[in-house]
Amino acid sequence: MNASSFGYREREHTADWELEAWAPDLPGLFEQAARGMYALAAVRLKDGSSLSRTLSLSAYDSEGLLVAFLAELLFLGSAEHGEGGRLGFDSFDIRINGNALHATVSGAPILSLDREIKAVTYHILKIRRTAEGFEVNLVFDV
Amino acid sequence: MVRLQDMTRISPYEWVISQGFRSDMRVPVRLFATQEILEAVMEDNSLEQAVNAATLPGLVGEVLVMPDMHQGYGFPIGAVAATTYPEGAISPGGIGYDINCGVRLLASQIKIDAVEAELDSLATAINHHCPSGVGGDGVVRLSKSELETVCRDGSRWAFKQGYATEADLRRTEESGRLEGADPGKISPRAGERGRPQMGSLGAGNHFIEVDVVEQIFAPEAARAMGLSEGCLVVQIHCGSRGLGHQVCSDYVDRFQAVVHRYGIKLPDRELVCAPLNSAEGQDYLAAMRAAANYAFANRQVLAHQARLAFEETLAGKIKHWQLHQVYDIAHNMGKVETHVIGGKSLKVCVHRKGATRAFGPGTPGLPSEYRSTGQPVLVPGSMGTASWVLVGTEASMQRSLGSSCHGAGRVWSRHKAKKSVRGETLRQELESAGIHIRAGSMAGLAEEAPQAYKDVDEVVETVIGAGIARKVARLRPVVVIKG
Repeated sequence: MNASSFGYREREHTADWELEAWAPDLPGLFEQAARGMYALAAVRLKDGSSLSRTLSLSAYDSEGLLVAFLAELLFLGSAEHGEGGRLGFDSFDIRINGNALHATVSGAPILSLDREIKAVTYHILKIRRTAEGFEVNLVFDV
Repeated sequence: MVRLQDMTRISPYEWVISQGFRSDMRVPVRLFATQEILEAVMEDNSLEQAVNAATLPGLVGEVLVMPDMHQGYGFPIGAVAATTYPEGAISPGGIGYDINCGVRLLASQIKIDAVEAELDSLATAINHHCPSGVGGDGVVRLSKSELETVCRDGSRWAFKQGYATEADLRRTEESGRLEGADPGKISPRAGERGRPQMGSLGAGNHFIEVDVVEQIFAPEAARAMGLSEGCLVVQIHCGSRGLGHQVCSDYVDRFQAVVHRYGIKLPDRELVCAPLNSAEGQDYLAAMRAAANYAFANRQVLAHQARLAFEETLAGKIKHWQLHQVYDIAHNMGKVETHVIGGKSLKVCVHRKGATRAFGPGTPGLPSEYRSTGQPVLVPGSMGTASWVLVGTEASMQRSLGSSCHGAGRVWSRHKAKKSVRGETLRQELESAGIHIRAGSMAGLAEEAPQAYKDVDEVVETVIGAGIARKVARLRPVVVIKG
């Protein structure tokens, strides 16, 4: 049982990184997973600059949608996407309809990050319903 | 949960989990490990993941697990599995996100005693010439058409650009170019990620290391490789960078729906797979080969850059400063190979995830200089500890699908390592031990602390004890470059 109705924490994993996230609803769960992913990579954003991106994604199921959402954020946070450098986000307006997601995410260029996440995996991935809402464990390849 | 009593001890170095252990297993699991190693890995999910891997459709023989095993995602790290070709399955997660992550070894006739005073400058020069760090750009920015050529031609592209010699190509697995690669099967995003990163190390556990050949165990094999006691060598450990990560992500995602279409049931979604002879399986195979070729070219460009660093630092100060290639070998790869399994010669798709190909003497495809010794097997240790050069044996061909271990293997989580070790303290300790360190991130350095890994000597003694490799040389680090 988690003390707060939403949040995330790092779990022990021998080689990669495992994150547990929880929230009262599915959009909140996606937001907590994104915040947790940024925390694992120790992402710091530039002050005084803001930007936003709109994401429209669909997948085979909710777990696939979560992987697609986090993978999209990873890509926007990589140096290779060619739209003004690495971008990170700290504000999330997420709508989920079945297996489709529409989100507006706001943030800033990334000032620094300590660690590289290669990919979001499907390992042990199952979004679970709880009495308080939803929870999920995610393993990131690093 | 797998317990020690669930395994049959075959020898001090081999254990088997029978197919009957779990009803969905299609083949047994053979573990190359001592009891001490097994007891240590029982603290994570390595063995459960090995049992899960044994459920893939079309498996033949046994799922094999090397002594550097540790928990991964889907497959454990250190796993080798063969599926029938072409009707068996191919699993992108059984090859890994860093497609063709591997190790290249360059040797020299530079005596450590002659260059001790130059090592710090050498570390600076390598760090300067070989870009590293989180997501960093590489030496070459490829155009779209150049990227396609790299994905098709691998190290052959690097040769045409002046980054390689013919000897480099000959001494690379598959001559640095997998047939059947199709850049048209990688996504535009994978291409976009790959274009700026050619000739870059990345971060995480990737590194460039300068080592000294501390001891030689097999003089004839060492001679064939050009390894001399007391001389410097260079190891380069990296893979296919963002391009490979994206290829794996794309196909793991695409295969989520495919498994249902083919009626495949799996205990872990990261094991998703498709029949090799399906359109999806063929597409992944062609894309995976393209990413593998990118990785061969990437390590080749980094080898060229390491040579520039040696030239810049040592030319004019010593007579023979040149570096020649010993070998370049993948440890995350899917290959179609022929092996004798159950007394029959079978064409199979061998998945190696955190395991090194270890072909024995006489195996077709080895360069002539290694035909009688067996293929070099490169086993880097943890940062600051020894590394090993081994060779494959007749037994590795008979009993481990021509495979052996790939490193020390983690025992601590990254979380535990960063809580237990301060990066700056570790850097000072390594420097005091005479190892010149260049690291992009102190947090990253702490996560790769030697305490977080198994004893590589114990891992190597296990594969030697099991007979699936033979010792050639032990290396001691003097320069470490980490992203």
